[in-house]
Amino acid sequence: MGICNACRYCEGYCPVFPAMERRLEFSLSDLTFLANLCHQCQACYTACQYAPPHEFAVNVPRSFAELRRRSWVDHAWPRALAPLLERAGLWAALASAASLALILIGTALMVDGEVLFAAHAGPGAFYAVIPHQVMVALFGGVFVYVILALWLGARGFWRAIGADAAGPVTVGDWLTAIRDAATLRHLGGGGDGCPYPGERPANRRRVFHHLTFYGFASCFAATVAGTVYHYGLGLEAPYGFASAPVILGTLGGVGLIVGPAGLLWLRAGADPEPLDPGARSMDTAFAVLLVLTSITGLALLAARETPAMGLLLAVHLGIVLALFLTLPHGRFVHGIYRLVALVMNAREARAEMSAGSGEPAGTAGLYITER
Amino acid sequence: MSDHSGDHDVIVVGAGNAALSAAITAREAGAGVLVLEVASRAMRGGNSRHVRNFRCAHDAPVDVLSGVYSRGEFMDDLLRVTGGRTDRDLARLAIGQSEDCLRWLLGHGVRFQPPLGGTLQLSRTNAFFLGGGKALINRYHHLAEDLGIEVAYECEAVGLDIDDGTFRAVRFRRDGAEERAAARAVVVASGGFQANIGWMREAWGPAADNFLIRGTAHNTGRMLRALLDAGAEAIGDPTQCHAVAIDARAPRFDGGLITRLDCVPFGIVVNREARRFDDEGEDFWPRRYAVWGRLVAAETDQTAYSIIDAKARGLYMPALYPAIEAGSIGELAAKLDLDAATLEATVAGFNAAVRPGRFDPAALDDCRTQGLDPPKTHWARPLDTPPFAAFPLRPGITFTYLGVRVSDEARVVMDGGVPAANIFAAGEVMAGNVLGAGYVAGIGMTIGTVFGRIAGAGAARAALGLDQAA
Repeated sequence: MGICNACRYCEGYCPVFPAMERRLEFSLSDLTFLANLCHQCQACYTACQYAPPHEFAVNVPRSFAELRRRSWVDHAWPRALAPLLERAGLWAALASAASLALILIGTALMVDGEVLFAAHAGPGAFYAVIPHQVMVALFGGVFVYVILALWLGARGFWRAIGADAAGPVTVGDWLTAIRDAATLRHLGGGGDGCPYPGERPANRRRVFHHLTFYGFASCFAATVAGTVYHYGLGLEAPYGFASAPVILGTLGGVGLIVGPAGLLWLRAGADPEPLDPGARSMDTAFAVLLVLTSITGLALLAARETPAMGLLLAVHLGIVLALFLTLPHGRFVHGIYRLVALVMNAREARAEMSAGSGEPAGTAGLYITER
Repeated sequence: MSDHSGDHDVIVVGAGNAALSAAITAREAGAGVLVLEVASRAMRGGNSRHVRNFRCAHDAPVDVLSGVYSRGEFMDDLLRVTGGRTDRDLARLAIGQSEDCLRWLLGHGVRFQPPLGGTLQLSRTNAFFLGGGKALINRYHHLAEDLGIEVAYECEAVGLDIDDGTFRAVRFRRDGAEERAAARAVVVASGGFQANIGWMREAWGPAADNFLIRGTAHNTGRMLRALLDAGAEAIGDPTQCHAVAIDARAPRFDGGLITRLDCVPFGIVVNREARRFDDEGEDFWPRRYAVWGRLVAAETDQTAYSIIDAKARGLYMPALYPAIEAGSIGELAAKLDLDAATLEATVAGFNAAVRPGRFDPAALDDCRTQGLDPPKTHWARPLDTPPFAAFPLRPGITFTYLGVRVSDEARVVMDGGVPAANIFAAGEVMAGNVLGAGYVAGIGMTIGTVFGRIAGAGAARAALGLDQAA
């Protein structure tokens, strides 16, 4: 950071550098904040004249990525499960296996072979295989756990980056952060895109990520829609092909296959130097779980009136359960922590502007010196 | 010696800003271009990797420059720092074409820094490259790839076959073997000779051993020597260069921009004899920093120390290396291996001479000394608040000014004042035509891009037989 602060050529790439310039010293709290604000676009790496093989060997993306991962582990809740983040790949695989086993065996115990392997049609078809109440209890419980875990982690992180001490956050700060996150503004590199995986800026990563995130959101919305249909409208699943749950779920599912697969594909061609090798397994695990969720979900949709439905339902629910159980201790958390960092950044940037500080972060001022 | 595959239209020696502007221009004019770069792909671009901005005249705000910076004002700035030691025609050419070069850069996908946040932070005189010089070089090379320019890395050009003022081929070393590439025209854009300590010693004497070289270790001036040996007219003085006072702890080569120290105006500077030797506050630092390299070079062991007290903290860009701190001047002297009594006397004498005034780093304030030689004309405040801090200084050489004379078509001027038919030069190797002495921020890039484009166009015309002259 000392080197970056003395150079500052990258300050136009993303908010990390202006945030860095607002500081003269860098505590762990500052570095954790900056590391999570960083979106791993790697523009600063390709532009760095001090990157390896230069003797200064500056590698900002990797330094931040490693620190980021450590901060997630430090704040994961429950604390006892925190080490799972580091071995997220293994954890995801085990959780999947266990969840699948649980659901399959549980289902088999609850219904006999005839019901499980028969074709069901009409409202309530799914619930002939697995009762609605069981689904609600199981997934509702897990959902509450996930929300609690994410909330507690985020709150610990919020304090750790000094956001508590630094003054009130406004709705405007939240909106700025949400907008930046929703558009992935900081993967835009100012219009050209980010230089990942190659040296040439491109928007592919941003697009694949949008497919992933909005795909996920759409699937989630599908579930919400289903809940509304069930309790609000008194209609039981399965729903018609033109219904909100099915449309949202289908679009989401497609996005959630193309997106994560695309991101894995980009990573396969990427230079490993600016990446955190320790994050590889958690990234793969999450992407794979998302793709499996979508494939099984779409397969279930396609085959829901056939005898395969029962088994597919159990498999799909098993994967979904694994996905949710591993959510607080896997790649997913990056979104939460980065959003928090964006909020803190929005507030800091606003405070700096309104203070009208004499020397704003930026070098086109009094201290302009050339080589 | 093996012959390289066939004849090329244009060979460009070097792969930095001037070289790539030439290569891209020549290619776009229809010539086949081979670029020879001595460095590896990762370290391509020479000194251009370290650059920050581009100085540009403009008569109205452009999207990356605010206000107005007229050609007249740009010329005045140049004349002031060079003391008039410049070829006025070539200077006018560089300044006059700077705005068009900015448009050319923008049109070729080079990104400049936008205004940050709500306050307009664009400079009036200099456009800042987004991501700095390496990002610029990356962009150039991506473009070169798209255009079909061949770039050969780790090829060191060692000689030029010039036959009666006509260029024939470049001899270069690759993988330990010497090769020869023939072409119809050549653009030499391979930098100055600052990394050639032997040559520097010829000009400066043993003092050169204490210089630090801010950029690439590859700029040994081989092509410059080859051109001069073939009869090219030299221009400039071998001791003239762009030199800046940098932290003495910087690496010998390639430390780049970040080893500079900007605290000089806010304290005093003493030599190894613990005495001051120049006015630290004569003008705004951006106008004076380029003078301090030579000032320090003239002192014993080419060493000096910038000393500040606690009041100066935060007033200057962060330094890369930590300050050497002490609770008293005497303690500081011990840490710096300076005579304590003399240093204490220097500081006491300075403090006593400081007149009260209103300190304002953003203006040429009225804090000055009286009855002190040398005076400190602005920002003079007593050094009395511990902790005291010192930064050791050494001259950091950016690039040398002795180069080849060129015409207004960037042709190298040969024996008898005749501009060569097919030999062109751009960048540091000819910057001395415009910069006889001194420096102003960003002008190196202006010269490189302007003459690079001119050289590229000329080389393409010469190679494709489009020149009218016999």
